[in-house]
Amino acid sequence: MTINKDSLTEETIFAEVCRLLGPFNKRGVSVTRTTNFSSDLELDSLAVMDLLAEIEDHFDITVPLNVLPDLEKVGDVSAAVLKIIKG
Amino acid sequence: MDLFDKFEPLLQAKAKLPFEDGDPFTVCMEKVISQTEAIINGRHTVLAGTNNYLGLTFDRTCIEAAHQALDEQGTGTTGSRVLNGTYAGHRGLEEALAEFYGTAHAMVFSTGYQANLGMISTLCGPKDFLLIDADSHASIYDGCKMGDATVVRFRHNDANDLDKRLRRIDASAGRLVVLEGLYSMLGDRAPLKELVAVAKAHGASVLVDEAHSLGVYGATGRGVSQEDGVEDQVDFIVGTFSKSVGTIGGFCVSNHPKFEVMRLVCRPYLFTASLPPSVVASATAAVKVMGRSPELREQLWRNARQLHDGLEKLGFSLGAPVSPISAVKISDQATAMRFWAGLLKAGVYVNLAFPPATPQGIYLLRCSLSAAHTPEQIAFMLEKFKEVGLALGEIGPNRVSETRPAGADARTIASPLTAGAAAATG
Ligand SMILES: Cc1ncc(COP(=O)(O)O)c(C=O)c1O
Repeated sequence: MTINKDSLTEETIFAEVCRLLGPFNKRGVSVTRTTNFSSDLELDSLAVMDLLAEIEDHFDITVPLNVLPDLEKVGDVSAAVLKIIKG
Repeated sequence: MDLFDKFEPLLQAKAKLPFEDGDPFTVCMEKVISQTEAIINGRHTVLAGTNNYLGLTFDRTCIEAAHQALDEQGTGTTGSRVLNGTYAGHRGLEEALAEFYGTAHAMVFSTGYQANLGMISTLCGPKDFLLIDADSHASIYDGCKMGDATVVRFRHNDANDLDKRLRRIDASAGRLVVLEGLYSMLGDRAPLKELVAVAKAHGASVLVDEAHSLGVYGATGRGVSQEDGVEDQVDFIVGTFSKSVGTIGGFCVSNHPKFEVMRLVCRPYLFTASLPPSVVASATAAVKVMGRSPELREQLWRNARQLHDGLEKLGFSLGAPVSPISAVKISDQATAMRFWAGLLKAGVYVNLAFPPATPQGIYLLRCSLSAAHTPEQIAFMLEKFKEVGLALGEIGPNRVSETRPAGADARTIASPLTAGAAAATG
């Protein structure tokens, strides 16, 4: 694992999430923290599951299904990842 | 704000579907003729979507047992298992199940749905982890929603993904891996050997829902756990009486030494009335018939092979290798509806299955076979599949392309707990 979890900030996590989101952003939408997965990026639940799996693998974390309903926007995800990493 | 406003998008989506040929949500069996035939819309129809795998709904022994119980014990128990709702028959059924599975404990619920709801929500508390297959049945997702555990979903039938996810969870926490023997929509079997081995290597407990595999797989019909030789490593087996057993009800069997405490803590067991005596009697008879009738299972598999091979030969794309469930993939929703209606008009009933009940956002004509089907009935199904398939261009020279439009999956991130899990009929 090349990630130093202690040095991660919301900024760096958001940048990584944006990078991982790239291949899913088929319409080339410019992504901000308020970009909505469903209405802006038009991702269906399968794509979202794939994206989350990549994020989980990248940060070596578990994003429980329980928190998924709260993850509507890209910023929700970077915030959730930060919370999971920092405990 | 009207409470029903939230259903407006669904109603609008429904309004766009081609219902002119028939409505799959309002089918009525006007008269039931046998395990495999009924009158629908005034027409004589062969049933190819009932989950009545062994055809026991009309078994003489089962019917007579139910009759006798009805006459002697009345129409219902009018009470919970822990109050006035445990009769000798309920005990007898639990003993028959424990004997059938060779387990120390068996607990009967009023439906299979409640068995999953009860076991999953009760076994795992706030500090525990539930690991569920992404294609799990709605009752498993709902059990997760009802409980307080942290829920982690792994890729369908993917032992490596399960392994990775278990590795990320603190091994001192309680962990339950929930699997199914045979997945009801595509009819694909779980690689239980691999999945159970991974779960056990991490010290996790395992629950297997054998809803569609009971009576179908294994040397004595106990399911895929038996077929794959992993029963001694499966901590909890859940099943239903609503398919191969031919009535209604659910159960869980286990060898866990403390299992009986479930009767005091499992709310879907406690706070609902017990099964009526006639149902208990026919289920008990059916479990015994099942145990001594390997010929039913053999006939079921011959039938399954005939339909599966026939559909493949016609050029249809099926969801999985041969099993009593043959799921025919249809290219889009409108064609699936027309195909379904065309089959019904021609005298064949199958299940029409859409997302979110289906995985991967696909549209299915789901057939399930019975040992009670005759080779002639299956030949009839194949003939009608061919006629309608050719007319709609799903097979033959006019075959439409296989690609589906993007975004066909209507599921959104807002409702992940129902994703892949709102099983419509199965
Ligand atoms: C996999 C699975 N589990 C559980 C159930 C629920 O069973 P029941 O019909 O007894 O509620 C079903 C089907 O309905 C099922 O397909």
